[in-house]
Amino acid sequence: MANTAASPLGVYLEHLAKGELAYQFSPDANAAVFYPRVVCPFTGGDNLQWRVSKGMGTVHATTVVTPVKGDPYNVALIDVDEGFRMMSRVEDIPPLDVRIGMRVRFRVHAADGEEPAYPVFTPAEAAA
Amino acid sequence: MNGLTRGSAAIVGAAESDIGAVAANMSPLDLMAQGVHRALADCGLKLRDVDGIFCATTQARTSAMSLCEYLHLPAAYTDSTIVGGSSFEVHVAHAQAALAAGLCTVAVIAYGSTQRTVGRRQASAREYNPYETPFRPFLPATAYALAASRHMHEFGTTREQLAEVAVAAREWALLNPAAWEKQPLTIAEVLSARPISHPFTVRDCCLITDGGGAIVMMAAARARSLAKPPVYVLGCGQAITHASISSMPNLTSTGARESGATAYRMAQMRETDIDVLALYDAFTINTILFLEDLGFCPKGEGGRFVGDGRIGPKGSLPVNTNGGGLSYCHPGMYGLFLLIEAVRQLRGECGARQVAQAETALVHGNGGVLSAQATVILGTRATL
Repeated sequence: MANTAASPLGVYLEHLAKGELAYQFSPDANAAVFYPRVVCPFTGGDNLQWRVSKGMGTVHATTVVTPVKGDPYNVALIDVDEGFRMMSRVEDIPPLDVRIGMRVRFRVHAADGEEPAYPVFTPAEAAA
Repeated sequence: MNGLTRGSAAIVGAAESDIGAVAANMSPLDLMAQGVHRALADCGLKLRDVDGIFCATTQARTSAMSLCEYLHLPAAYTDSTIVGGSSFEVHVAHAQAALAAGLCTVAVIAYGSTQRTVGRRQASAREYNPYETPFRPFLPATAYALAASRHMHEFGTTREQLAEVAVAAREWALLNPAAWEKQPLTIAEVLSARPISHPFTVRDCCLITDGGGAIVMMAAARARSLAKPPVYVLGCGQAITHASISSMPNLTSTGARESGATAYRMAQMRETDIDVLALYDAFTINTILFLEDLGFCPKGEGGRFVGDGRIGPKGSLPVNTNGGGLSYCHPGMYGLFLLIEAVRQLRGECGARQVAQAETALVHGNGGVLSAQATVILGTRATL
């Protein structure tokens, strides 16, 4: 059998480079799979499809890291509408203003030197 | 079901190595060996009696191999399972199985860390996770803070309730001469301390110390002739639900539910049968989650449950009587110290912090970021 042409992370990063948040879907389990894998954790099979998220989600949990040097910043877990959870951060508002339940929209944090692109989120609606 | 037999093995020796701030250039293996030496002295056995090595440290990739070399035990049965801080509770179950199968007759479980001396980055380098590292989580604190944020959101748990856990630990620590922290702590001081990862301040987070130690285990039938009364392994259970916090199935419900249920079933006990608790308090939220998941209060009630000093020295439920990872000692993987304190409580060796008529202890280890949960129920001979 020929080796797999592209790793799960490789495909994910290719999508991000194009501005897309990709995830896998297991048709046999009828469930989203994230982080991307070579084996479906629900079925044990390798039938996994790549899909692109519409990029909408809800803040599931949130914290603000206060580093010894530098400004405090947000770290959050986002429940993406297609049914998977990921770590990210919510930008464009003060980190302590990020609230559980807040609707958020994906955008790409562009690649910077050695660091590949990664997904961040912004509030989907203007603050009430 | 785990295939183990209630009371088939016992902890016969227990000791800390040097802890707190150890001498310059002391190695993790030095501390493991010192712990083994002291734990053997505690029960009157000799190094040459040892034929089973169980150990873990983040500072030696092949720690069992290194400890076999250090102690000249070439034929020892070895197990260096590492699942974070609960590794040593897992080792208890593995040692019990190995003793029952005749793979060894005298097992030592050892730990050593010099993380305070060499620095956390050096002692426990973080692996790169492409799905988390870009967001710069301050691990492990950020992971536990995310769980705390969710617990506060779902159940109304308050900042002050989290602080109660740190204050209770400190009150216990003031009764333990070996504890790192020597000064009283108030709820206001916890809240106003340096912020780490919201809602946690530095006082919600475990200490960063050096330390190590060891326990000695034998089959119950052989344990009675030794220097100290054996402490019997009545129940064991483990559950590993995830490795990284973004994969935790439910941020407010841990694998302690499963590990505890397995341990209770094996011990033929329930939470009301437990006299002393040792719960891995890496962060203040841990104690609250584990009290819930191990059945001491309903899910979501943990914050209210720890109010009014209930788990402190003047309270009704003794939890972390040594002062815990929050105020006694935390060299990175704290699980072995939970076992040492439980053994001492069940032997009645704890002086000012001794719990009266302690016959049973529940030890709960936590590894990773609420990832690897392992429960051990221990009892005196009266509980067999």
